[in-house]
Amino acid sequence: MPEIIIPVSVRQKIRDFSLQGLMYLAVLLVSAVFVWLLADLVQGGMAHLSWTFLTESPRDAGRSGGIASILVSTLLILLIALIAAIPLAWATAVLLAEFVPIDSRFGRIVRFSLYVLAGVPSIVFGLFGNAFFSIYLGFGFSILSGGLTLACMLLPILTSTAEAGMRAVPDAYRLSAAALGMTRTAALIHLIFPAAAPALAAGLLIGIGRALAETAALLFTSGYVDRMPDSLLDSGRALALHIFDLSMNVPGGDMPAYAAALVLVSLLLGINSLAMMFAHGLQRRRILT
Amino acid sequence: MNGNHDAFTLGPLETGPACCVPHPLIQVRNLSLQYDGKTALDTITLDIYQGCITALIGPSGCGKTSFLSTINRLTDLIPRCNVTGQILVGGQDIRHPNCDVQTLRRRIGMVFQKPVPFPLSIRRNLSLPLNEHGVTRKNEVAAIIEQVLRDVGLWNEVHDRLDASALSLSGGQQQRLCIARALALNPEILLMDEPCSALDPMASGVVEDLICRLQGRYTIVIVTHNLAQARRIANYAAFFWVRERAGQLVEFGRSQQIFESPRHELTAAYVNGSRG
Ligand SMILES: Nc1ncnc2c1ncn2[C@@H]1O[C@H](COP(=O)(O)OP(=O)(O)OP(=O)(O)O)[C@@H](O)[C@H]1O
Ligand SMILES: [Mg+2]
Repeated sequence: MPEIIIPVSVRQKIRDFSLQGLMYLAVLLVSAVFVWLLADLVQGGMAHLSWTFLTESPRDAGRSGGIASILVSTLLILLIALIAAIPLAWATAVLLAEFVPIDSRFGRIVRFSLYVLAGVPSIVFGLFGNAFFSIYLGFGFSILSGGLTLACMLLPILTSTAEAGMRAVPDAYRLSAAALGMTRTAALIHLIFPAAAPALAAGLLIGIGRALAETAALLFTSGYVDRMPDSLLDSGRALALHIFDLSMNVPGGDMPAYAAALVLVSLLLGINSLAMMFAHGLQRRRILT
Repeated sequence: MNGNHDAFTLGPLETGPACCVPHPLIQVRNLSLQYDGKTALDTITLDIYQGCITALIGPSGCGKTSFLSTINRLTDLIPRCNVTGQILVGGQDIRHPNCDVQTLRRRIGMVFQKPVPFPLSIRRNLSLPLNEHGVTRKNEVAAIIEQVLRDVGLWNEVHDRLDASALSLSGGQQQRLCIARALALNPEILLMDEPCSALDPMASGVVEDLICRLQGRYTIVIVTHNLAQARRIANYAAFFWVRERAGQLVEFGRSQQIFESPRHELTAAYVNGSRG
């Protein structure tokens, strides 16, 4: 039987086509997982979700009532984490991006430490936070301990996004500002920071997303108590932890768990879309300038 | 000048327009510069005369930009850049520890090859450096802004949109804005690093006319690859050449002399377009 000779161009087309097909399949799979997860959440949580769910505190271990106190605790923990982490992270980023050469020993050591820190499992942060903030500093199981532990976790992401953002600002601005007799501080405040603002904001939003979703690190630090917190030294239960507790430890807690998870995922979706928008704005600006 | 100023001799006076009294404002003595241990400028000795336009010419990589950056100490910003030798500006040693670099850079404006408008409004581009140097009174700042924008011929084009982004200006307008920004600080000296090379011929012509108009009021050092331009606008010319990757000053003199009767054969070959 004579062999069928397929011309090279056709063979290439087939190869292109199948490769494209594979890529589309991969995309489809990824999106399917996401859609399935979301659909499951909406289906399970929508029925239980209501205005009173958001405004009432949990009763009967969360089987009834809502998540108001949980939301308050979560926001307080987040607030403390940001207040503690932002100044440290951004000051470090300024140092790394503006004041030490990119290949200096000091810069390499700091960057390496942050890299390692970023890879530490959150349960380890939880144990560290418990030992250091709760016991050694005597903050106990409290919103303060939880927030400070989260702050440690946020340092790497906040620092690296801010450093990258400032490095992306063209050197020509720094040289021009210097040539005009402006001090480095002035250039930093008036030119570099504003130009890097989209990157700072994007990093911030990613960090907030992480903090909102954190469970393990808060287990041993901010604790379990689901009452409305009276002070920052009170224990307070974070949203992700509430979901974990409802689904694992509370028989009949499935419905409120679904609803709480829906609230959490909606918050995360909102924050991530904002982060994407900022990152997008950043790209557009870079093309313009 | 003291007597041992013999790095070059001015020779007999050439015919041509006398621009000014040749009073040296910048005196460069035995200036060398290394990047990372590699010599980029090799013992340069040169006088820049007050009120004149001095053109620096020479092939790419011969250290013209590096030379300019030593005069306003922008080389301080480059890691592992080592400068030796002496630079006197108005008799003051600018590399002396007592010399305040911010004040120095206010006296010496610089314009870069690519226009660098800050991503701010046109007005803010001009007021920001002024504010940083303590000029904060609103009407004083406004007066200076109008003055320098008129000086660079930009006032009529932008006076009704001072709050628009400086990035919305055309390339030529941006470069003139950068010149205006340097002028706003009322410098004595202007360093210009190929200010026209990123511009089209029309815009380049406008900037060139502007530089000619600034002659006399400012001491201008301009780097240019456009020999015709150097010939048109410069009173003095310095020809740099690169030997074993180290930039050297080959010849310095009245521009007419450099272009019409160069003493050095390298200069002759370069200005006649056969090398470089
Ligand atoms: N920041 C730097 N680090 C290391 N080497 C540098 C740096 N800047 C310039 N050089 C080197 O110094 C030499 C002179 O460079 P410079 O930019 O001063 O030349 P130039 O005469 O301005 O050239 P061009 O006409 O192309 O602008 C070149 O060999 C260049 O590679
Ligand atoms: Mg150059």
